[in-house]
Amino acid sequence: MNYFVNEKGYYGDFGGAYIPEMLYPNVEELRQNYLKIIGDPSFQQEFHHLLKDYVGRPSPLYLAKRLSKKYNANIFLKREDLNHTGAHKINNTIGQILLAEKLGKKRIIAETGAGQHGVATATVCALRGLECVVYMGEIDIQRQAPNVARMKMLGAKVVSAVSGSKTLKDATNEAMRDWINNPVDTHYIIGSVVGPHPYPDMVSIFQSVISEETKKQLLEQTGNDQPDYVLACVGGGSNAMGMFYHFIDDEKVKLIAVEAGGKGVDTGFSAATTFLGKEGVLHGSRSILMQTADGQVVEPHSVSAGLDYPGIGPQHAHLFKTHRAKYVSITDDESLQAGLLCTQMEGIIPAIESAHALAYLEKMEFKGGENVVVCLSGRGDKDMDTYMKYFGF
Amino acid sequence: MNRITKLFKEKKNNILSIYYTAGYPGLGDTIAIANALEKAGADMLEIGFPYSDPVADGPVIQASSKHALDQGMDLNLLFEQLKELRKTVTIPVLLMGYVNPVLQYGVERFCEACAQVGVDGCIVPDLPMVEYEEFYKDTFLKYGLSNVFLVTPQTSVERIHKIDSLSNGFIYLLSSSATTGQNLQVSDTTAAYFSRIAAMELNNPTMIGFGISSKETFDKACKYANGGIIGTAFVKSLSSDKLNENIDAFMKMFRA
Repeated sequence: MNYFVNEKGYYGDFGGAYIPEMLYPNVEELRQNYLKIIGDPSFQQEFHHLLKDYVGRPSPLYLAKRLSKKYNANIFLKREDLNHTGAHKINNTIGQILLAEKLGKKRIIAETGAGQHGVATATVCALRGLECVVYMGEIDIQRQAPNVARMKMLGAKVVSAVSGSKTLKDATNEAMRDWINNPVDTHYIIGSVVGPHPYPDMVSIFQSVISEETKKQLLEQTGNDQPDYVLACVGGGSNAMGMFYHFIDDEKVKLIAVEAGGKGVDTGFSAATTFLGKEGVLHGSRSILMQTADGQVVEPHSVSAGLDYPGIGPQHAHLFKTHRAKYVSITDDESLQAGLLCTQMEGIIPAIESAHALAYLEKMEFKGGENVVVCLSGRGDKDMDTYMKYFGF
Repeated sequence: MNRITKLFKEKKNNILSIYYTAGYPGLGDTIAIANALEKAGADMLEIGFPYSDPVADGPVIQASSKHALDQGMDLNLLFEQLKELRKTVTIPVLLMGYVNPVLQYGVERFCEACAQVGVDGCIVPDLPMVEYEEFYKDTFLKYGLSNVFLVTPQTSVERIHKIDSLSNGFIYLLSSSATTGQNLQVSDTTAAYFSRIAAMELNNPTMIGFGISSKETFDKACKYANGGIIGTAFVKSLSSDKLNENIDAFMKMFRA
C-alpha cells in the first residue's frame, strides 16, 4: 500500500488540485519546483541550520514519568512546545519561507486558526525581511488575543475574516482570495497539510523532522526506534503528519489521530471530521469534510481554535480510509481536564490542541512496558484565558 | 445544436451574458429574473448555484450566495424551479458554481438534470482541466452540455490551446487574476493579453468577464472578444421590491 502522494498528486482517492484557473500558475510553479528546491543541498543546509540555531531543534523527547506511572506505559512527550514561537508550526514556515525566497516571492500571506501558524509565519517574515499578511477569523482574533498582538509586534498585518463561521475555514478562504488577487509576487504559506497538491506533501515533508528526530531519540533512550503507539491531535493535521511520517510504512507502529469532538460528536458542536464528514472537495483538495447533503461546508466547533476546522488533509483521509491510522475523538471537557492533568503531573502546560492527544491516553489500555509517543504540538500560554475561565483560576 | 453554439454562430459580437445567484434576492426569483433579462436584451444567462465557501468570489457574490443558502436554496430546489425555464426562456443558460455541491449531487445526475430542464452548459471554476478530461468530459458530452473554462493573463499559451481543445461553447477570459467584483482596467498589459488571445485564432469564441460594470467597460470587452459577462454589478443592482423595473433599468445601460 502506498500511503504517500503519487505522481498525479493523489493519496489513493484523495488530494489533487481543485483550484480555479487564477491559482493555477502559482500552484503549478510550486508543483514543478518544490522537490527540486527542497532536495538541493544548499537548501537543506540552510533549513537545518535555522531549525537548529533559530528554532532550537532537536526538540526533546521527554519520558513523562508520572504520567507513565499513571497509565502503566512509557509515555514519551515529543516537545514541540519548546520550539521557538511555541509550537510545531515553525518547522513548516521556515521551510516555506526559504522556498518562497528561491521562487523570488516578495510578499507572504497565511491563514491562522489558533494564531500559532500566524505567529510562526510573521516570525519568519521578520527574520527574512518579507512583507506579511495574516488572515484570521474574527472569532479567533477574539479568543487568541495574545497571538494577535505577537503577530502585530512582528510587523505582520492581521486581517479579520468576517465571512462564514469567522474561524479557520474562512481565514483560509480569504487567504486564497488574496492569492487570486496577487498572482505574481506572493507566496501563500499554508499552515497545515491541506490545500491543493503539492501543499499537503510539502508541509508534511517540512514537519517530518518531528518523527525523524523521534526515531533517533527513541533508539538512544530505549534501544528501539519503533514505538508501540504514536498519538497526535488532528485539525488539518500537520503535527500528526509530521509525527506519523517516518512511521507510516512501519505497520507495527500503531498511529492514533485525535480529532476535536467539541461538545460531543453528536451534539452539532463538533469538529470530528472522520466521524461526521463525507468525501468531497474543500480548499483545493479532495478529502473528507463536514458538509450538508447539498455539499455546503458545515461550521465546526472546538474549544481549541487550532482544531476548529471542518476538514482533514488528504493524506489523513487516505490513512483513515485504509485503516492505517485510527481516528478517535476527544471532547472539549476531556481535553481541558487532560491539559490540567499534564500541567499538574509533569509541570507542562500544553496547548489545548495537544491536550486532545493527551486525553486519549485515558481511553487506552496498556499491558505495561509499551512505548507511547504523544506529540505535544504546542504550549498552552496562548490558552490561559480558556483554562482560567474553565477552571476558575 | 446546443443553444450556446447556436448563439455564437449567429452573433459574433456585443454578446451580453448576465450572471446572477439563484435564490437571490428572493428564493423564488430564479425564473422571473431569467424572463426579465431575456426581455431586456440579454443574450445568455449564467445562473449561480450557491456554495458556502466561494473562494473565487468577492464580497457581493459571497453575500448573495450566503443569502440564498440561508433561505434554503440548493441544487434540488434549483432544478425544481428550472422545470419552468424553457416554458418562456429561449436564450442559452449555463449553471455556474463550485465543484463540491456537484459531487454531492452526483455528476451524472447533475448533468442529466441540466439536460432535462434545458440548461446548456456549466462553469465550475474549481474543477481542474485534468479532472474534467479524465472523469467528467464524457458525461458532459453525453448530455450535450458545454463546459466553460477560465483563462487569466497568467495562463500559458500552451495551456490556452489545451483549454481550447477541451472547450465546447466559449472560453471565459478573465480581465485580470482577481476575485469577482473588481473594476475592469484595460491597461496596456491587459490590452496586450486580450490582443494576444485574439491573435491565437482559437476554435472557441471568447467572452470577457470579471470587472465589467458599465457600458464603457462592456464596450471595451467587446473590442477584444465576442462579448462580455456581467455578474457583480448586476447582483448588486437587484432588490426584492421592483425586481422587474430594476432589471430593466440596469439593462438599459447596455441595451439602450
